[in-house]
Parts: sequence; structure tokens; C-alpha cells
Amino acid sequence: MSTAASLATTTSGADLLLWVAFPYICLAVFTVGHIWRYRQDQFGWTSRTSQLLEHRWLRWGSPLFHLGAFMVIGGHVVGLAVPASWTEAAGISEHQYHTTAVWAGSVAGVAMVTGLGMLCARRLLTRRIRLGTDRSDKFLFPLLSATVLLGITATAAHNVFGPGYDYRETISVWFRGIFTLQPQPEAITGAPLLFQLHALTACLLFAAWPFTRLVHVWSVPIGYLARPYLVYRRRTNTPVAPARARRSARRAA
Amino acid sequence: MPRDGATIGRVMAQVAMVMNLDKCIGCHTCSVTCKQTWTNRTGVEYAWFNNVETKPGVGYPRRYEDQEQWKGGWMLDKRGRLVLRSGGRVKRLLSLFSNPDLPSIEDYYEPVTYDYDNLVSAPAGPDMPVARPRSVLTGKPTDITWGANWEDSLGGAPEHAGADPNLSGEWAEKVKFEFEQTFLFHLPRLCEHCLNPACVSACPSGAMYKRVEDGIVLVDQDRCRGWRMCVTACPYKKVYVNHVTGKAEKCTFCFPRIEAGQPTICSETCVGRLRYLGLLLYDADRVGEAAATPDEKDLLDAQRGVFLDPSDPEVIAAARRSGIPEDWLDAARRSPVYDLVMTYKVALPLHPEYRTMPMVWYVPPLSPVLDAVDAAGGNQDDPDHVFAAVTQLRIPLEYLAELFTAGDADVVAGVLMKLTALRSYMRERILGEPGDESALKAVGLTAREAEDMHRLLAVAKYQDRYVIPAAHKEDAAALSAMENRCPVESSGDPQPTDGRRVMLGIPTLRRRNPDAPAGGHP
Repeated sequence: MSTAASLATTTSGADLLLWVAFPYICLAVFTVGHIWRYRQDQFGWTSRTSQLLEHRWLRWGSPLFHLGAFMVIGGHVVGLAVPASWTEAAGISEHQYHTTAVWAGSVAGVAMVTGLGMLCARRLLTRRIRLGTDRSDKFLFPLLSATVLLGITATAAHNVFGPGYDYRETISVWFRGIFTLQPQPEAITGAPLLFQLHALTACLLFAAWPFTRLVHVWSVPIGYLARPYLVYRRRTNTPVAPARARRSARRAA
Repeated sequence: MPRDGATIGRVMAQVAMVMNLDKCIGCHTCSVTCKQTWTNRTGVEYAWFNNVETKPGVGYPRRYEDQEQWKGGWMLDKRGRLVLRSGGRVKRLLSLFSNPDLPSIEDYYEPVTYDYDNLVSAPAGPDMPVARPRSVLTGKPTDITWGANWEDSLGGAPEHAGADPNLSGEWAEKVKFEFEQTFLFHLPRLCEHCLNPACVSACPSGAMYKRVEDGIVLVDQDRCRGWRMCVTACPYKKVYVNHVTGKAEKCTFCFPRIEAGQPTICSETCVGRLRYLGLLLYDADRVGEAAATPDEKDLLDAQRGVFLDPSDPEVIAAARRSGIPEDWLDAARRSPVYDLVMTYKVALPLHPEYRTMPMVWYVPPLSPVLDAVDAAGGNQDDPDHVFAAVTQLRIPLEYLAELFTAGDADVVAGVLMKLTALRSYMRERILGEPGDESALKAVGLTAREAEDMHRLLAVAKYQDRYVIPAAHKEDAAALSAMENRCPVESSGDPQPTDGRRVMLGIPTLRRRNPDAPAGGHP
């Protein structure tokens, strides 16, 4: 960590590249990629279910992974987006916060890692599914696994078994800086390597998001709870987006 | 039809089908032409939008009729409300990660191809080269242990057919699978395009819909997100997951043909000429109420009560208010489906107890009746002998009742007696005799009606079987936006590279394509 500590005093060009330029590029790719894919590839926008071909591992792996992921995402939102001063103001001491985070985070992390492990295992071990794994999956699964494993290793090494690392004073500050357009690369340059790598792979994951099956996250069918059971549609008023109408006009020409 | 003073709600038209099972010889031409038209693509190798089952038998997918296991269709809850058997909305969303009631590929069958190439490329040798089966899922040699028509004509029946979910109850012990005591008939099945479709109701994305104009149930391939709840919800298991695109696909009722006024491909190519296509008008506002009829055995009448008489001036006026065009009303009046379902009442729905209000109906099979009369030493021409034989069929009435009337054997017996009376009367007529109308009277038919039924069921001219009004050209503007798009887009084949179609979710190479070099990208 000595190099990281020495870098913390100044902000070198490499730091600017890693902790300012790279996150912004990833966010830009994330945003533009989603818009592009949503407009161009509705047909490919799916969870790509493989339950038909293998269901025994999926039965446990998929719910474990997804429910674990929900908790992990929730934990990250609280840990990264909410400043420590807010939770203090709410009467939650640093120690209480830390204890809760470690416990809930451990449960969530173990669930997510176990689930992801099972999902990766079935993808590797079941030939039918391995053959159905496309390039985006071959990129996504290792990247997601790396991010999750780095995250849980960092937490385990520093906060469960280690002396404790208060990421809320450092990494969270950097994270919020990105979104408030006041980047503070110096806040993260002193962080332990595992946390830094975790942050970098996470940025990469966001950049890859729109080009993988992760897009199904945005299709979570909440509207189903409220809509009438039967759906009727007229053949005549199929909504035609202007872009598509133009395209089909061009095609017809 | 008197409507008991009830006002008519929204009138909708549906292109519905009736199949005359007496004529089905189980040739599978419908299945094969359907497959060639719609499912000869990677990802749906195992899917048969139309399949022909031998009954009794476990069916395709295996034991799909056992709703205790597969949770298809609707049921009434303790308070008598209509609910999906697979559970409520919240439960459905909670099972998105892993659907506990989804059939696996083994419940259908593992699709295979054969090493045809070996037949011509094998080096000269002392043995005949063989084409070994190879799984299209793994590319490895495999043993074929099941198929969509594995039980064809009772193949393996002594082992398997006893597991037919319809063989419940004490009467089932009468059903024998020994060669000389058994019975069979063929049951062609496709999507029922139900009035109360469970698949549509279970689709979390709202990608499935029933078309207002012609009642065809479709999956919007652009909106399907692969949550696969439709597969579970459909009690007929006629929605399939394309395991390459990850999207649901189903029978489209060949809507491009229907819109052009042509019969579906399964109907067009049916060599037995047993399929009928025509319009049924129905009151869309009464579907829910009819589907929630408390007694399962009343569901048949409840569904018939939803259909509207296209000759009734009140219905015509209501239909015009609902925007149904005149040529469609005219087609509804000439509909052979209306005749078979409503006028002669010889067609019955498949499993009305699923409460989906299916719209592919069946004229139950009669074939073994006359044999049964002969076997009992009776006179085939004597209606009394034949009527008596109907109740002692080798196909137990109870079995047909399980399939078509939620267990009400009297209804099936009524239909079979009607068909028997018709046969015996028309046999005399064709032999030049005046014809004894007493048997007809006994089943409530007139000589004129018998002639009409005979023309429809026995002569069965093409133009009598298929009365399909074309879609309206004023809709063409909306259609033109769709015209270049196949409703179920291919994925295994090379896509046009004009940059318009992206399909990131689609693997560029799934497995070795027989035409492509091994391991290379196509």
C-alpha cells in the first residue's frame, strides 16, 4: 500500500485517468449504449433464460444470486450514496453502522457468491448451456465474478478479519464526486488495492452492461402488478415509432 | 338465439377451428407442414406448434394435462373467484428467477438430427454406413428415447399410456392396452387461441396479447423478456421457449394467411379434410363471468352462451356498433364453425375445465361404434342397436368426457348418438331408400338438417370448410410497418448486415451447423 499512500498526496495523471476519465467514459458508454440498444435491439432484449435446458442448479443458484444481488446493491447504495454525516445525524453511530453493514453484507455477499458460483458452474459443466453461451456472456460472467469476488475479498480482508477500513470517508467521497460533477480522485487513491480494483472492475461492468444480458434488469415487470389480466391489441393501431416508420419507408423504397 | 333480455356488450369476432376427429388418420401432415413453416429453426427444434397425439397416451409434453403438477389454466379460489392456478401476481414475480413449474426439455424430448453425411461420405467397407442420431443441443451422439409422437398409434402403450392423466376414476380400469381389446384415436392439437387466455394473463411483460379483430393470440417478440410464465400458465403447453433467443413462441394461427383469407397451413394441408375454420362472434364482456362458472360441467354451456348468433338482428346491430365490418358479419353467418358448435352442437372444446375458453373444438370420434355393434351381433342400420352400442363403446364415454366435457358423459353420448343417427339415416338415403327419420327425431334433427350436416361433415368441400374473410385493406398502413418483418425472427441463420438489426442477445454461433465448417463462425 506504500505506493498508494504516496500517490495520495498529489493527483498524478494516472490517477486522473483511472479515477476521473475512466469512470466518466464508462458512464457515458453505459448511457449511450443503453439508448442505442433499446432503440435498435428490442428483439435481443431479454433475460436469455436457459431454464428449459437445465433447471436443477438454476433452481437454487438463480434465486440465491438475484436476492443476494438485491441486498448487495441496496448495501452499496447506502454505503456509497449516503454520507456518513447523514447516518450520524440519524443517530446511527459509526460502530452500529459498521456492525450492521458487515453482518448484512456478509449474508448478502455469501448468497450472491454462492448463487453466482452455481450459475457459472452450470454454464461451464452443462454442455447444452455452454454451447449456448455467446460472446457477451463469456465477457460478462468473468467480469461479474471478478467484481463480486474482489468486493467480498476486500470486505473480508479489511473489515471482517482485518482492522477495519472506513470506505465511507474515502471511496464514497470519490463515488459521490463523480455524480456531483466535482470529481475527487484524491479520495480513493489511498484506498487499499482490493477496493480500488473492485471499483475499477465495477466501472467496467457498467460500461459492459448495455451490451450484455444485464439489460433485463431494466425490464423488471413491476407494471404487471397493476395491469388487467387480459391484454387485447388491435392489429390496426400497432404503435409505430417514428424512427421505425422512417426505416420501413426507406426499406419499402 | 334468445338472449334472456341481457344486453350485448362488446362484440368481437374470432377465427375459430373445429376438427372432426373421426376423420383423423394420424398422418401428421399438419404437424410437418406447420414445422416447415414456423419451427424449422434453431432454438425451437423441440417445439411443435401443431402436434398429433394418440389417445390414450401421456401426450406432449409428457402428462401436460396433469394440472396438479404443471399448474396450467385457471381455477376458482375458495371465494369462487377466477385465479390462475400457477398463483397470483406477486407469487409470479417472485418466481421470475426460477419458475418452479416449467417443463424441462426432457419433458418434451431432446431434439436430434442424424449424421446424414456419413451415408455418402463413409469410405467403402464391408458394412452399410449408418446415420447415427446426434443431439442438436449438445452435438453429441445420443439415444433417442422420446419424441413428440413417441406413442404414435399406441406405441409403448402398455408401458406408458396408463399414465395418461385422463385415465382417472374407477371406469379407467376398463381401459385395456392389450392388442385386441384396446382403442385409440388421434388428437391433433394446436394453440387454442382461448377467449380467456391464461398465457396472456400470466405474461409479466404484457408481450402476449389477443387480437381484437380476429382473436388470434400472439407473442410480441420485441416485448417478450423471457420470463417464461406463459409456458406454465398455458394448460395445453402450447407456448414454447426458444432456447436460443430466450423468448416465447407459439402457434400464430398462420395469421399472415388468415389475413389474406386463406386457411392455416395445418388446415390447408390436412389430407383427412377434417379441419374447419370460420368466424364466431362473441360477447367479450361476458367471457370472465362465463369462465368463472362454478360447476365445471356447466362450462361448456357457459362458453356457448358467450357466442352470439350472427343472424340475430340485435347481434348484428351490436356487432356494427363494435366496428365489425359487413363482410365479416356475412362470413360469420356462413361459418361452418358456428354450425358445428352452436347449430348442431356436435363440436366440443378440449378440456373446458381449464377455464380458458378454448377456441379449437372437436367433433368426438365415433369410428369404433359400428364395429361395436357388429361385435355385439347387432344390426348397424338399426338405430336402437347403435344407440345402445354408443354407451358400451370400446372408447369409454367417460374417457371422451374427461377430454371434452369436464367429465359429463351424457353430453358426449348425446353428440355420438347424433352422429350415429346421421350416419344411419344418410346410409339409407345414399342407398336410394327414403330414410327412416325416427332416429333423426330421437336426436332432434330434421331431414334437412341431416342433409346439411352430411354435406359439411362427410362431403366437406373446401369452400364449406374454410370461410375466412380477409383482413381489411384500410388497415394496410399499419400493416406496412410490419410487412418486412417475420413475427418470429430467425436467429441461427446469418442476419442481414445492413446495420438495422443488432440482436446482441443472439449467439453468432450456437453449435455446429451441418452446412458450416466445424468450429468456425458462419
